Amino acid sequence: MCAKAVEPGIVVERLVKRYGDVTAVNDLSLQVTRGELFGLLGPNGAGKTTTINILCGLLKPTSGFASVCGYDVQKEAMKMRELIGVCIQETAVYPYLTGEENVKFFGDLYTLDGETLRDRCSMLLERLGLAGDARRRVSKYSGGMKRRLSLILALIHDPQVVFLDEPTVGMDPQSRHAVWDFIRELKKDGKTIVLTTHHMEEAEELCDRVGIIDYGKLIALGPPEELIRRGGVGNLEELFIKLTGRRIREEA
Amino acid sequence: MKPQRVLAIVRKEVKKAIRDPAILFMIFLFPVFFVLAFGLAYGASFGSDGQTAYEIGVVNMDQGPASQTLLTALSKTEILRPNIYGDNQTAQNDLSQGRVQAVIAIPSDFSLSLASYQAAPDDPRSWVNTSVALYLDRGSLIATQVVPSIVQQTLMAITGQYARAPNPFRLEIASLVEVKSLSSFEYMAPGMFTFASIYILMMVAQSFVQDRENGMMKRIRVTPITSAEFMIGQILSYTLIALVQSALVFATISLLGFRPDVGALAYIFAFAIILVFSLSNIGFGLITATVARSGGAATGISFLFLLPQLFLGTFVGMSLSSAAQIARRFVPSYYVTDALTSLFLRGADVTSPTILFDFAAVSVSCIAVLMLGVFLYSKHCAI
Repeated sequence: MCAKAVEPGIVVERLVKRYGDVTAVNDLSLQVTRGELFGLLGPNGAGKTTTINILCGLLKPTSGFASVCGYDVQKEAMKMRELIGVCIQETAVYPYLTGEENVKFFGDLYTLDGETLRDRCSMLLERLGLAGDARRRVSKYSGGMKRRLSLILALIHDPQVVFLDEPTVGMDPQSRHAVWDFIRELKKDGKTIVLTTHHMEEAEELCDRVGIIDYGKLIALGPPEELIRRGGVGNLEELFIKLTGRRIREEA
Repeated sequence: MKPQRVLAIVRKEVKKAIRDPAILFMIFLFPVFFVLAFGLAYGASFGSDGQTAYEIGVVNMDQGPASQTLLTALSKTEILRPNIYGDNQTAQNDLSQGRVQAVIAIPSDFSLSLASYQAAPDDPRSWVNTSVALYLDRGSLIATQVVPSIVQQTLMAITGQYARAPNPFRLEIASLVEVKSLSSFEYMAPGMFTFASIYILMMVAQSFVQDRENGMMKRIRVTPITSAEFMIGQILSYTLIALVQSALVFATISLLGFRPDVGALAYIFAFAIILVFSLSNIGFGLITATVARSGGAATGISFLFLLPQLFLGTFVGMSLSSAAQIARRFVPSYYVTDALTSLFLRGADVTSPTILFDFAAVSVSCIAVLMLGVFLYSKHCAI
């Protein structure tokens, strides 16, 4: 449960982020309700990761406001970080530690007690199919295993809001479906989830609502099936072509 | 401040140092192999470029003109710079702290002896024989090799002889027997101790840059760990690694035969000053990590901080030009090596002014460099 239960999970109001002449996020406003699985879609460079980075307190917006669980992401970042889990786009894991050591390291950063940490570590490694490799050094893991471990690191402290930045990028179909199942379980557990992807089928499969952004601007917002129906198209990929005149993955 | 977070950082960094082959080599194996190789290679002799001037103390107990002639002659060598002392004790104190490289004690009958020689140069039985005592800095290999022969030649010169002919002066070299028992390697040992811990700066730089490059820093920044907890954890880790590294190097040096006859306090002091010194290398590592944009760049930039410390402040630069002797006073490693040399080779006490000054210089400079490193890294590379 979010600290301020009456607040929406995430609020973004007129968010702008500029790098010199380049506007990475352009007047973005949206809300994500608690327990919702929200997809942020767009091609590479659309501003998805910049938005996530602002919501995690990693980047300062040029203007606008954002809150997570009722906490201002700029002014109350420390409180907010206790409640969020972030699976960043990079496969960031320590190669010289074992899978289990990586998980325990991040558990310690969240000051979990020994018993909770052991239990959560075993449960997550089991659920993501890494229990058998938990004591192997991560340098020996395959790319897909590292991505799954990266997901565990974001969830070790049982966060209320989870940001998943391209969680299945580079995964084989089998691993991708395993992660999809896991994301569905997270939603069942009541987590608020923000998922960025440029795989439209992933968004259609998982998300309650999606926001499509292009050149930093929100160009569509709503449940996938409703957007598809309203656009008179067969899927989200076709919707993106209709809205922008190009394919979503041509820049990928 | 949550100790659990700080300890997690320390455990992670220590595991990295042990498990990452590149770091394991750079931090632990390279210094040990280097010390072994250098120690074995330089166990016999060490050359001098002959351009260095040596400060020598002179205790003149002679009231006659001959001692003044000797002092003038010593000054004219341009290799020795005589400093007059009122008493032997003060001169010996300065010698033990490395302020002078030798002390010459001119006996009270020196002028009488020279006069007796000049009156009857061919009649040794009429000479008043006397002894000039020469005390040498046991921490300076070159001084022990150069100074005695120059003093001997000067003594012969004032008698008007330039060959080894009989004269009434006997040069008693007070510590030469003991000095000769030390090998070149042992003279280098204090500098080797310093040398090893310099490499920690490369590890710090690479570690921070790599964590930034591969996204780990970003990942850590989305957790509730504070900048202070993170930095304290990192600094504690590297200090601990420096301690282990120093112990390994010291064990290697001992294995090669360097076992100074000093008490436990001296050893405790040696490790303490190395620990303080490691802070400056962590600071230099952070400055490097601030500037470097890749692991390769971090390695390259590390050398800008590493080489001056290596050449100006460790055994590598035992015989330096006068310009380098001035420059070395700006590198922390010089003060570490000087303190360890005074402690292990010159027999100075831990509480002697030189050692206390060295320790103060190391502490102030190292804490300043560390603070600068933390400030720059925090400002330009968010933690």
